[in-house]
Amino acid sequence: MTSVAPRDYYGKALVELGKVDPNVFVLDADLSSSTKTGLFAKAFPNRFFNAGIAEQNCIGMAAGLANMGKTVFASSFAMFISGRAWEQIRNTVAYTKLNVKVVATHAGVTVGEDGGTHQAIEDLAIMRPIPSLNVLVPADAIEAAQMVHVMAAEYGPFYLRMSRGASPLVFEGTDYQFKLGKSEVIRQGGDVTIVACGIMVDIALRAAQTLQKQKINVRVINLSSIKPIDEAVLIAAARETGAIVTAEEHSVIGGMGSAVAEVIVKNAPVPMEMLGVEGVFGESGKPDELLEKHHLTVEGLIAKVNLVLARK
Amino acid sequence: MSITKEKIHEILLRATEIREHILEMTCRAKSGHPGGSMSMSDIISTLYFYWLKINPKDPSWEDRDYFVLAKGHAAPALYATLAMKGYFPLEQLKTLRQLGSDLQGHPDKHSLSGVEMSTGSLGQGLSVMVGMALALKHDQKTNRVYGLLGDGECQEGQVWEAAMAAAHFHLDNLCIFIDKNGLQIDGATKDVMNIDPLTDKFTSFGWAVFTIDGHNIHEIVSTLEQADRVMDKPVAIIADTVKGKGITFMEHQVCYHGAPITDEQLVKAKAELHVTKGTYL
Ligand SMILES: Cc1ncc(C[n+]2csc(CCOP(=O)(O)OP(=O)(O)O)c2C)c(N)n1
Ligand SMILES: [Mg+2]
Repeated sequence: MTSVAPRDYYGKALVELGKVDPNVFVLDADLSSSTKTGLFAKAFPNRFFNAGIAEQNCIGMAAGLANMGKTVFASSFAMFISGRAWEQIRNTVAYTKLNVKVVATHAGVTVGEDGGTHQAIEDLAIMRPIPSLNVLVPADAIEAAQMVHVMAAEYGPFYLRMSRGASPLVFEGTDYQFKLGKSEVIRQGGDVTIVACGIMVDIALRAAQTLQKQKINVRVINLSSIKPIDEAVLIAAARETGAIVTAEEHSVIGGMGSAVAEVIVKNAPVPMEMLGVEGVFGESGKPDELLEKHHLTVEGLIAKVNLVLARK
Repeated sequence: MSITKEKIHEILLRATEIREHILEMTCRAKSGHPGGSMSMSDIISTLYFYWLKINPKDPSWEDRDYFVLAKGHAAPALYATLAMKGYFPLEQLKTLRQLGSDLQGHPDKHSLSGVEMSTGSLGQGLSVMVGMALALKHDQKTNRVYGLLGDGECQEGQVWEAAMAAAHFHLDNLCIFIDKNGLQIDGATKDVMNIDPLTDKFTSFGWAVFTIDGHNIHEIVSTLEQADRVMDKPVAIIADTVKGKGITFMEHQVCYHGAPITDEQLVKAKAELHVTKGTYL
């Protein structure tokens, strides 16, 4: 499978979008070379604004452009755009229901060597509760690009997060198409369900393959639309497989796993286990070493599946 | 000014050693921020090898001066300096950015002796310095707070909230350097988001402002002496610097902001530093 960093396709998709839609504007905060909005800046210098190292003003300016009818994408690292500018996103973008797409790169521990100050493992938890804000996490670069077009077509505020590194193209050669509020079963199975997002989707598929050898049939759901959430697909999974494991490159507190639990406890309570970062800050290290340390691996996921199966 | 020529040479020599460590550490780590670490090397060398009241044998000595590196990505400069001062073994510099290392990508005060504040998220350091200076004033202590900010960092709104507060509270025990190397990640500061006229901005915010050549030890020292005598106001020393200073092929280059040099380049760079060193001996 080919590996691509989602942000590479994000940048390319912005350029494609810019070509067909003259109403699209892009902002960044001194990280356009890393977030890949620099590609759009090069193609459409008149529709790109760099706020400098000023994330709050970046979101504020995005809101102003959106208030004048523009479709605006604003990017920086997940830590700084979701953290520093949280209240601007909450009150000025979301409360006002403006057409701003906040697109965060470098989320999670795979930021690597920069360490804990740069590893956002809380962004889903702080973005999810904001009313009117849609929250997306692409499973791969292909889905990231699709989401750019979906967000542009869908009026309203969005938060999209992606990880830094190259990850396998899960949807390469498939006719998959992302739909807002829909989450697909990307692997059928009846014994247990893994609900994953982001880089954990590929890991979930690999864990499912390994478990198949032990005659455990794992269903895998790609929960890329964290909000709105696809309740039906989750409730069906709970009823039909009787056990759920969630997997995300985020804190287990308040993230995608929590979103799933909110649906499950109310509608179809079944045993659940959550794989994610367990209440600690990130730290410096190679991305793979950090994934290992936090058990965000095939083995770590299989261990959670075994735990949940024992409770079934 | 009382500083001797020999002392100035020693500070320059130390700065060259700091630069050598920066290059080696980031090269070994295959990541990190050499450019902005090298632009501040002469300033941090002057502070730690001449100016600050500190005691590496007793890092939490009550009467010490405090130094806060607001632009935490320049951690290699701070780590090299602290190790050379004896806060921890030089050997440890080799572990920069590795899993489990005390030398985190950005300074973590709980993992490393001598680090006064954890930083890495730009724009927040000056507020912390204001709080520290307020505490010292309240406790009627005479130790001082020194800090260093990036010029790009000054684009953060919080810097100006802090600047307002520092003047409002008459914090003449606070003295900061702005490492004005003219570059940030996306290009030249004047192209990305112009921060000039920086001197006028700080002056109008109620600060005493000095503008210096940040690679001239004489100027750094004499300005620190003048800053000491300023009453009632915080002091900003705007230091004109060169990003990547000391290595010809790195100077003024945006690309070495967050990327180390290669092993082959390291050999060339060290040769250049050794020639430089020779001129101080
Ligand atoms: C709040 C925040 N936003 C963005 C970043 C990412 N970042 C790290 S260094 C840097 C550029 C810093 O430029 P400057 O302050 O001029 O530092 P120097 O040139 O001295 O390296 C940026 C944007 C960050 N660390 N913190
Ligand atoms: Mg700079």
